[in-house]
Amino acid sequence: MLIKTIFAGFGGQGVMSMGLNLAQAAMLEGKNVTYLPSYGAEVRGGTANCTVAVSDEEIASPVASSPDFIIAMNQPSLVRFQNQIQSGGVLFINSSLIEAEISRGDIDIVRVPANSIAEKLGSPRSANMVMMGAFTKKSNIVSVSSVIEGLKSALKDKQKLIAINEKALMAGYDLL
Amino acid sequence: MRKVYTRPRLLKRVPFHYCPGCGHSVVHRVMTELIDEMNLGDRIIGIPPPGCSVFAYHYFDVDMAESAHGRGAAVATGIKRAFPEAIVFTYQGDGDLAAIGTAETIHAANRGERITAIFINNAVYGMTGGQMAPTTLSDQVTTTTPYGRDTKIEGYPIRMSEIVALIRGAVYIERTAVNSPANIRKTKKAIRKAFQAQIDDLGFSLVEILSPCPTNWRMTPLESWQWIDKVMTKEFPLGVIKDITGKNDAD
Amino acid sequence: MSGNSTIGEAAIRAGCQCYFGYPITPQNELTEYMAAHLGRKKGCSFIQAESEIAAINMVYGASLVGARAMTSSSSPGISLKQEGISYLAACELPAVIVNMSRGGPGLGSISASQSDYFQATRGGGHGDYRTIVLAPSSGQELADLTHRAFDLADKYQIPVIILGDGMLGQMMEPVEFKHEAPEELPIRGNALRGAKGRPSRIIKTFTSKPTELEEINWSLFRRYQLIRKEETAFETFLVEDAKLIVVAFGIAARIAKGAIKNARTNGMRVGMLRPVTLWPFPSEKVKELAKRTRHFLVFEMNMGQMIEDVQLALEGKGEVSFYGRPGGVIPTPSEVLRVVSRLYHQKGLESGK
Ligand SMILES: Cc1ncc(C[n+]2csc(CCOP(=O)(O)OP(=O)(O)O)c2C)c(N)n1
Ligand code: SF4
Ligand SMILES: [Mg+2]
Repeated sequence: MLIKTIFAGFGGQGVMSMGLNLAQAAMLEGKNVTYLPSYGAEVRGGTANCTVAVSDEEIASPVASSPDFIIAMNQPSLVRFQNQIQSGGVLFINSSLIEAEISRGDIDIVRVPANSIAEKLGSPRSANMVMMGAFTKKSNIVSVSSVIEGLKSALKDKQKLIAINEKALMAGYDLL
Repeated sequence: MRKVYTRPRLLKRVPFHYCPGCGHSVVHRVMTELIDEMNLGDRIIGIPPPGCSVFAYHYFDVDMAESAHGRGAAVATGIKRAFPEAIVFTYQGDGDLAAIGTAETIHAANRGERITAIFINNAVYGMTGGQMAPTTLSDQVTTTTPYGRDTKIEGYPIRMSEIVALIRGAVYIERTAVNSPANIRKTKKAIRKAFQAQIDDLGFSLVEILSPCPTNWRMTPLESWQWIDKVMTKEFPLGVIKDITGKNDAD
Repeated sequence: MSGNSTIGEAAIRAGCQCYFGYPITPQNELTEYMAAHLGRKKGCSFIQAESEIAAINMVYGASLVGARAMTSSSSPGISLKQEGISYLAACELPAVIVNMSRGGPGLGSISASQSDYFQATRGGGHGDYRTIVLAPSSGQELADLTHRAFDLADKYQIPVIILGDGMLGQMMEPVEFKHEAPEELPIRGNALRGAKGRPSRIIKTFTSKPTELEEINWSLFRRYQLIRKEETAFETFLVEDAKLIVVAFGIAARIAKGAIKNARTNGMRVGMLRPVTLWPFPSEKVKELAKRTRHFLVFEMNMGQMIEDVQLALEGKGEVSFYGRPGGVIPTPSEVLRVVSRLYHQKGLESGK
């Protein structure tokens, strides 16, 4: 099993922490994992993305030229990555911010109104976690409890933040 | 209807890669406008070394060439010596001009090279991710001064314009900012004078521009404009620092 | 933890006392890690220098007085450091220099590349010298080889280069640190610490007598021979029955390994040799492998640099092919698999025993 995922969005939407979250969870489950962030001048202009590879075996390349999963948190990310996804792969779209029609018929599309759900929960900044929940359920790469464990270790002892993020995560998880 | 705002002719029709609120975009706009107004478009050569503005040649519709980091003044010297008809400018960051390129800058000024340095002071290394620049203010937190710049360890914010002003070959030096419409107009005027000093064959000219970097300052664009006013100008006062061009202010 | 931070942590645990650097992508996280974790440590020093030239000269100074010192940069900055590295080599001073290299020539691209192989393995600066060059290919190896770099530098009084690349620096992988930072390191016997209680000491390179310099060169050379004998390191993978051996280092080797596993499932007998020390290069191992295997494919993320060392080692006794992607392009395992399969069939390796 080798599964590659690209998380993409605006800087500040928390896409890097989604990737880290998945990487952490996979590590806790004893899997091989690599996390590769976009960097340098590429990050100027406000977009960010990262690639996470999870595998039972050694990972040859941390780069994903045709990922299994793509999470597009905003419009520019969708435009940039939608053609890269593997046939049969799953595209997660933040439908709160993306309206465009998807031209490909060979992939599965999951629309998650991440921002509006997060707003309803009273924590607009946790839209990424809502998406993360939906992604965790559908992708089945790691268990939701590992994701929560990962969250806890990333947020150390910030109990309040952990609770907010966990709530958002579960809201996304229960959506599908 | 009267057109009050238009895209400068010499600004290429491509979207900027700069972050929202970045001072580089403003300076690009002002400079392309000015180059056109002064009719220099066909004999100006720009040198943008590494820095967020290394891609300036994507936007300025004039001849431009990259130089190695910090070596802009030396490259510009070579160009001007070999081709004196050209109007040559460097477009350098504070890391570029005031750290790695200090020697080149000082010696080009000392030779009175007829070149113009546009010096973007944003108090950080923007391109590489917000590390300390020589111009970083005391106590300012950057990614390499995580506890704030401690002047006992990391030294003081360097006032490069004042230093260059001591050099006899430098004829025109002014510090401006791009944090308000009035200051932006002043910046344009300053660059005009700097170019004029070069056209008149007088010597080295430099315009230091305090320029917001909201991304690495971790501020909104508006907050970064205010920070320039409230904090940065205390360390780096605005105004003409040296003018021995013998020209009086036209207005 | 990113590869860059891994190097920082491993360096601190190896007793690195001084770090001097200058920002350049893609190694900034290392400089920033040292600013946060070494800068305020007792007896330690962090400086963001005004240029790479300044940084390497600061390392030179720290090494003169016996400190474990390190600097890091990426390709254009490493070019600037060459003068200093030459002086370090000449004065027989230990130092660790990290190059998280990127695409060149010129300002190039910030993407991962291996185009600095020649520069790293041939000395790099002026004069007749070598440096030990270590080429990690995973997060864990970044940690292990960083530690080894400090030990080797001290053991042989020589600058050691860690040649990584942009991707290794940015990538995060689980890492285990095997050492705790030492309480205090003994001061190197020949360090300049002031002539208290001993005759004064001079460390220099310049001499007006060519024969004196010749003697220095000979003594360096003898040490290089010893390093060749003692410290050459490599990894082999499925070479025993291989009809084709891929030679690759660093991140490229990792990509090649993925391709080789797939080639094996397709019935192709392909193996790999991965030099861990690029200098000294495992020439003897190449020679030995050539007794059983005739075909070698050198795979690099450049236009063909290490291939020259493979050819030199083979002395014409094998057939060498090359596949490379320069400029910071990162080839995929399936791309390398295609190259391997094509070559395998072209050479008729599937037939016979
Ligand atoms: C020899 C060398 N060292 C380091 C770098 C990496 N580098 C690129 S731009 C830059 C400094 C950017 O800061 P500044 O000049 O202030 O420009 P800004 O991005 O803030 O506008 C550095 C260190 C390089 N390109 N070459
Ligand atoms: S990092 Fe700063 S200087 Fe660079 S483009 Fe963004 S705002 Fe401008
Ligand atoms: Mg700057």
